Amino acid sequence: MSQVLTDKDGVKRYLITLNVNGDAHTILVKGNAILTNVLRDQLDLTGTKKGCELGDCGSCTVLLDGKPVDSCLVLAVEADGREITTIEGVSANGALDAIQESMINHAAVQCGYCTPGMVLSAKALLTRNPHPTEPEVREAIAGNLCRCTGYVHIVEAVLAASQGRVTPDDH
Amino acid sequence: MYMPDFEYHTPRTLSEACALLAELGEKATVLAGGTDILHKMKVGKLAPEHLVSLKNLDEIREIRHEAGRGIVIGALTNHAAIYNSPLLQERYLSLPMAAHTMASTQICNLGTVGGNIVNGVPSADLPPILIALQATIRLVSASGERSMALEDFFCGAAETVIAPGELLTEITIPDQETTGSTYIKFGLRRSGALAVTGVAVSVCVEGDKLRDARIVLASAAPTVMRATAAEDFLRGRTISDEALAEAGTLAAAASRPRDSIRGSAEYRKNLAEVLTKRALRKAIDEGHV
Ligand SMILES: Cc1cc2nc3c(=O)[nH]c(=O)nc-3n(C[C@H](O)[C@H](O)[C@H](O)COP(=O)(O)OP(=O)(O)OC[C@H]3O[C@@H](n4cnc5c(N)ncnc54)[C@H](O)[C@@H]3O)c2cc1C
Ligand code: FES
Ligand code: FES
Repeated sequence: MSQVLTDKDGVKRYLITLNVNGDAHTILVKGNAILTNVLRDQLDLTGTKKGCELGDCGSCTVLLDGKPVDSCLVLAVEADGREITTIEGVSANGALDAIQESMINHAAVQCGYCTPGMVLSAKALLTRNPHPTEPEVREAIAGNLCRCTGYVHIVEAVLAASQGRVTPDDH
Repeated sequence: MYMPDFEYHTPRTLSEACALLAELGEKATVLAGGTDILHKMKVGKLAPEHLVSLKNLDEIREIRHEAGRGIVIGALTNHAAIYNSPLLQERYLSLPMAAHTMASTQICNLGTVGGNIVNGVPSADLPPILIALQATIRLVSASGERSMALEDFFCGAAETVIAPGELLTEITIPDQETTGSTYIKFGLRRSGALAVTGVAVSVCVEGDKLRDARIVLASAAPTVMRATAAEDFLRGRTISDEALAEAGTLAAAASRPRDSIRGSAEYRKNLAEVLTKRALRKAIDEGHV
């Protein structure tokens, strides 16, 4: 059990450690704090978005021990000690990930609200399966709703990234 | 979104969890993957005083084969672990396939088989195929344990026989002679849609006859239900399209679906008939798929 601190009003807070994008953050959270909110409000990682907050849209997707989950359905206390990757942790040494480059090149971003979750779902897919088929890409992002693009450019962008082609095809 | 307050507990072992649940009684709610509970808490349908997290109970998170018993699935196994399990894929592919029809990857990485069962809703996707595969479950509490057939666990709409203080620890698929099984789910979309109606079957084919069959319907009655009249009709019968069609008619006749946002009762009865016939044919011809 993590350390518990009770304030003068009797509110309990738990001392937890979240390993986010390689950095260990030891923070105090209430038991009912949702992981999305802790990432955004306490750690200032606002790339993780909030849409439905009920597990339907995927805009809050983060990788928990490498696997995509809807962070709106995870209590921060449940993630104590675990590895979390948010969209802020996908680029390395100032360079965008191939998936990100490819999404820009393919005009796979319109309003951009779904994009962080989309990139993380794609990242998890390509880590596990570097050369996916189109149906595998579609399946991997099935939990990420996009209301703008119609998905076609997103799927093409992920396939292109997996094939080392980060410039757009002729449509 | 508003989240009610609660006391949070993280017992380190199964016995510690049982002791805690015995002490807290009705005030405690068990937290597994949280996909149902947190949803209910956010929409104001649930405000538990105590939330007892099972996250440390790795002892009930694995899938293994036990000689003489069958395949034992820990209640905390999530849907992704079920569909990625080589053991299940090899022996009863129908179960990984059923898990694969569920929600998005993000939900399948959180939601557990135990939560899917204890929730007790008739639209849950895993109980039908597990019942078709003759699964039994184990319930453990501070005062002892009991085992039962999974089908006996459900007793009404969102009602089960679990008592306060009890934990579902494992699901066992016994070694069996079935030659095929499958689950066909009809949802309004491929992704993230609950079953309008679903049918799971298992069959034991012997020559040109069906020695035995199990037919289990999802979202076709207040609880997951076995279509026993259809099963009785098929037992010992020569396999033919007519016989399978008759089984479909009998299964639909026994179903008691309701009108809901996902489909009318009439439509669901129709689905039960067609899906039963199709599922039987598939399991007979293709094995555990
Ligand atoms: C967006 C979305 C889509 C979904 N799609 C589907 C779908 O397609 N098909 C489907 O069947 N379901 C679906 N669900 C429902 C849900 O994800 C599943 O039922 C899941 O299996 C629940 O498991 P959990 O571990 O998250 O349960 P929790 O929310 O942790 O718990 C559910 C209930 O079971 C109890 N419980 C859990 N584990 C135990 C245990 N070991 N012992 C005793 N009690 C226990 C809890 O106290 C609670 O009452 C969906 C949910 C969401 C949010
Ligand atoms: S905000 Fe989490 S799934 Fe929509
Ligand atoms: S780009 Fe707007 S929701 Fe996807």
